[in-house]
Amino acid sequence: MSVKAENINLISFGYFDKGLLDMVSDHIVREFNMPVRTREGFLDLSEYYDPARRQYNGTSLLKKIDSDFAGDISKTVGLFNVDLFIPILTYIFGQAFLNGRAGIVSVHRFSNERYGMKPDNQLLADRFRKEIIHELGHMFGLVHCTDPVCVMRSGSYVEDIDQKDFTLCSNCRRKIPDLKL
Amino acid sequence: MARKISILIVDDEDSVRDSLFNWFIEDGYRVECAEDAKKALNILESEDFDIILADIKMPGMDGLEMLKRIKSLKKDAAVIMMTAFATVDTAVQALKDGAFDYVTKPFDPDDLSHLIRNATRQIALTEENEMLREKLFSLENVESLVGKSEAMRKVLKEIESVAPSGASVIITGESGTGKELVARAIHSNSPRRFFPLVSVHCGALTESLLESELFGHEKGAFTGAVYNRKGRFEMADSGTIFLDEIATISPKMQVELLRVLETRSFMRVGGTKEITSDFRVICATNRDLKGMVEKGLFREDLFYRLNVVNINVPPLRERTEDIPLLVDYFIRKYCLSMNRPLINIEAAALKKLEEFTFPGNIRELENMIERAIVVGNGKKITSRDLPIGKETINSGIESLDDLEKNHIKSILAKYSWNISASAKALKVDRVTLYNKIRKYDISQNE
Repeated sequence: MSVKAENINLISFGYFDKGLLDMVSDHIVREFNMPVRTREGFLDLSEYYDPARRQYNGTSLLKKIDSDFAGDISKTVGLFNVDLFIPILTYIFGQAFLNGRAGIVSVHRFSNERYGMKPDNQLLADRFRKEIIHELGHMFGLVHCTDPVCVMRSGSYVEDIDQKDFTLCSNCRRKIPDLKL
Repeated sequence: MARKISILIVDDEDSVRDSLFNWFIEDGYRVECAEDAKKALNILESEDFDIILADIKMPGMDGLEMLKRIKSLKKDAAVIMMTAFATVDTAVQALKDGAFDYVTKPFDPDDLSHLIRNATRQIALTEENEMLREKLFSLENVESLVGKSEAMRKVLKEIESVAPSGASVIITGESGTGKELVARAIHSNSPRRFFPLVSVHCGALTESLLESELFGHEKGAFTGAVYNRKGRFEMADSGTIFLDEIATISPKMQVELLRVLETRSFMRVGGTKEITSDFRVICATNRDLKGMVEKGLFREDLFYRLNVVNINVPPLRERTEDIPLLVDYFIRKYCLSMNRPLINIEAAALKKLEEFTFPGNIRELENMIERAIVVGNGKKITSRDLPIGKETINSGIESLDDLEKNHIKSILAKYSWNISASAKALKVDRVTLYNKIRKYDISQNE
């Protein structure tokens, strides 16, 4: 289903630094040229916790965002700070319905400390906003791109995300006719 | 790969199907899901998928059984088996049954991407291989397809009907008519086309050399045999052996050849081990083999074994309407190989070629065109570039009698042995022409 969106909603579940959300929001406004609203949401995440994997089920969370938080004229991204998985993969950074109205992104795996390196808040913010733009790209109907620096390039590790730009390549941009660019 | 790769996901768990579906859709693949093996097989009967990602443990038919059935439906499908309970035995069994790979759930995102990339690469290679084979196949035909004359169409029709069978073929025709090209066309249209076509020019080898060439030899079999060497029959296993100038082989070799054709087995020279080989035989000759059989020069039993099908390639003078096509073909061939711009031929020069009798047939025409391109002005082939009319000087003929004999022969050939027409062209009466034919012992079968 192709949704002609008029705005983007970022809903945070759990604690997020306001400065981080503002910065991400500003960037998304510039990238997609449409209003971005940020707000807090409330969900009992324990329902999505898998004790065997000690992770949160991304597929179920995505369905929940789609059914309870998304609207027809907006693209809604749920922001989390827990470790997400889908049943066949060991982890995910985020996920979205292709051409749909809902997506999810978690900041959990973006911190340097997780990989035994010095904390770097700027790098964490960069990774976070790139992943949100990436999932929004899917929600606007984009599939993975082969351009090495396009934000729509597929990435399995944080290093892959670091290699990418913050923006869509011209090719991907042309594929989103709804954008008022 | 330009086209969209398609993936079929088969898993009884909704969550697995959903998550895989979303993951692959984001990668730009065409994805479909089935909740059990039966539904998957139904889908596969009507639709093709490049990659099938299937769970091993499913209610009803399990993944391994489904794998066997998929392989019988579509041999080239890349089937990747998934399971949450990995055991070496099931993995080995899946791979033995033709699975492309085997993964344990859950897998690392990077492993999944790698797996699909590898399968995609494998599909691309298989398709490319198939495409190149097709290309090779059609290219081999192009050479022998030059010609639209009735005589050539008949040859092509014979090639088409004989190629798919395994029958032995004798190709007859004058020197230079393209008998080897006909042999190639038969081979490249036959089920043996992906195996070698091995050519042996029997006329160029002495008896002992031919024996060692055909059957191979063991180290030390004779002076100079310092290595074991495979013979041409062995090399042609599953393919075709082309024996050119078959009429030149000695009576001893005729016996040996007959034995090999009957048993499809032989021994290397100096060897003790019987070697078997599955090959098809195509022979060629410019002589009248049947006549040789009647004269006792060629074994009758061998002749009948080889002569299951006979294809006669007409001489060029009997298909002069093909000359313009052949000229174009050779101009293109040599301009490309000499890295020169394509040129054309003057109408007068082409007319001259069409009127020429070409005793050396297509080979002679080809040499003429090659020479004309080399010596010409690089813009057009003119009459001056063609050696027609000068051939008597270069033909090695010294006596006037030989010159006369050859001229009469070429005129007779040109008018298909119509005596009146030939006599008229030679500006002599019919009796004189008959006398000359008798004098020079010219026969139609020469």
